[in-house]
Amino acid sequence: MSDFLSVFLAVVLALLVAPMLQKNTDTVWANLRQITFVKKNGVLVSTYLLGAVFIWVGLMIVAPQLYMVDFSFRDGAIGGNPDAYTLKNYSYLIFGRDSDENLFNLLHLQIFLKTILASVGVTLLAFLLCYPIAYYLAQSTKGGTTRLFLIALILPFWVNEILRAFAFRILFGSSGVINVTLMGMGILDEPIDFIKADVAMYAGLSYAYILLMVFPIYNAIESLDHNQIEAARDLGSPWWRIHYRVVIPYAKPGIASGCTMVFMLSAGALAVPQILGGPSSLWFTQIIYDWFFTGGDWSRGSAYAFVLLFSCIIFVLAVMKFFKVNLGELAK
Amino acid sequence: MTSDLIQKYMVRFYIAMFFLYLFGPLILMGVTAFNTPTFPTAIPIDELTMKWFSVLANDKDMIKGIKNSLWIGLGVVCLAVPIGLAAALLMSQVHKKAQSIYYMIVVSPLLTPGVILGISTLVFWDRLGVWVDADYNSVFYSGIFLSVIGQSTFISAYCMLIFLSRLQRFDRTQEEAALDLGATNVQVFWKILIPFLRPAIGSAAFLAFLTSFENYNTTLFTIQAESTLTTVLAGKVRLGTNPSLSALAVVIVGITLVGAVMHEIYRRREMRREALAAEAAKRAADIADKGMAPV
Repeated sequence: MSDFLSVFLAVVLALLVAPMLQKNTDTVWANLRQITFVKKNGVLVSTYLLGAVFIWVGLMIVAPQLYMVDFSFRDGAIGGNPDAYTLKNYSYLIFGRDSDENLFNLLHLQIFLKTILASVGVTLLAFLLCYPIAYYLAQSTKGGTTRLFLIALILPFWVNEILRAFAFRILFGSSGVINVTLMGMGILDEPIDFIKADVAMYAGLSYAYILLMVFPIYNAIESLDHNQIEAARDLGSPWWRIHYRVVIPYAKPGIASGCTMVFMLSAGALAVPQILGGPSSLWFTQIIYDWFFTGGDWSRGSAYAFVLLFSCIIFVLAVMKFFKVNLGELAK
Repeated sequence: MTSDLIQKYMVRFYIAMFFLYLFGPLILMGVTAFNTPTFPTAIPIDELTMKWFSVLANDKDMIKGIKNSLWIGLGVVCLAVPIGLAAALLMSQVHKKAQSIYYMIVVSPLLTPGVILGISTLVFWDRLGVWVDADYNSVFYSGIFLSVIGQSTFISAYCMLIFLSRLQRFDRTQEEAALDLGATNVQVFWKILIPFLRPAIGSAAFLAFLTSFENYNTTLFTIQAESTLTTVLAGKVRLGTNPSLSALAVVIVGITLVGAVMHEIYRRREMRREALAAEAAKRAADIADKGMAPV
């Protein structure tokens, strides 16, 4: 056993034993009970509450994230000095190796930009697809029908993400359903390579996260009083202005929440690009994966991961600013 | 009126297309499970067969992956549900000024890509392992343990949100009444709070298990030398495939359909019971208001 563990255990033991040795256990407990929080919950329940939250927030959320950031500033290459701080993992993303011909690391930068822009595109596409459905379900259908529709919406999402991507592969493959049908009808002479053209990937991405767009918007529109829409209509507003001036402003928190989730999941997607992405086009998460498991440089992988996390944070902040919502409304 | 009619049909058409988009790929995948060609093909149908299901049942990698996934799911339920409950109960007790910061921290895993949760868990525990000089067979390097931890990081937040929405309807005076009548804090916790939260505990456990079972992004980084259903599947799909994967999808859809229907029945019954209870309470209140008048 290492020094650290023995010291740690000794401290814990000392803390446990000390009060008993002092023979004033009762006063210690009495003092403990004086704290309002403990008074309110009792000793056992307080210990459980604080312990569980400490393990979660401390050991599972904050410490690993901070450590990942710290780790990304170190030299993780084989033969490097792991103790010194360095910026080289980040500079590699921007400039690449010194020996490269180009000043910038065009390959990685391009993939990064493509990932971010394509995720924005997927988010917009998902919004355009889902808004009419969410509006229809929330305002035009009644009790039983709505529940039926909602179940039908959830159902495909019980199927694994990977199997869903697999289904799209069957659909879009060169001997897939679309190509076979189009060729059978005589429209095409030879199959279109949907996978190489990334069509399959964008379709798969917007399919994968549709649910997370429909539900927040549905929840937001559902509470809108239908009389408001009637009033706008009676006052002569055309349908598009009703949406633009009444429904969308009301549903803003839901739209913001859906957009954030879809963007975050698309930018961080790994299964769909792996399965449906063309052989020559990579997603940013795939580069991260390669640093970890084929490049063998965890520090550089962490640096790339932090860049991805940072862009997601920027996106969330931008959405919050643009839609004027706070974080509580975003993660409901 | 005709323009209204056209609009109505257009809406219907759109909805039909939407659900076709939603179900079409899955139905086609289901068809390939019963078709003979080795490469998953939906049309034309050569001959109906059940052989892909037996291929699936004999796939050792897949069976091992499913086993690991079940264990990890169980571990996540045991870790994430209590944590989510504690975090939800603490929410109302955190000082007002700290509340928004606390909320921001605990929902942040939901807004963080799963890949990053996996990576941070992996590097952190790897470092801890080096620090305490742990053995390579210890938990610090165990794929199963790290996957449970990594997945629980964000699944706990889901559980917390479920508990928070249930707690909003909790009547605090019940707790005070019990305390006034001499119950201890622990008794209040077990006899009042937990029974009230029981439906939420059920849904949280259900959701936690399913989310864990389906997780890929986080698991891919934390699982290392082990495998789960999703990592085995992804490997197979990438290498080119045979229709036994479609057969697996058919099995999963079958199980979940049954599960969804049962969940729906349970929920309806629960709602009816709550409606009855609310009505009874209202009637009791009416009677109390009027004194003994109805007699």
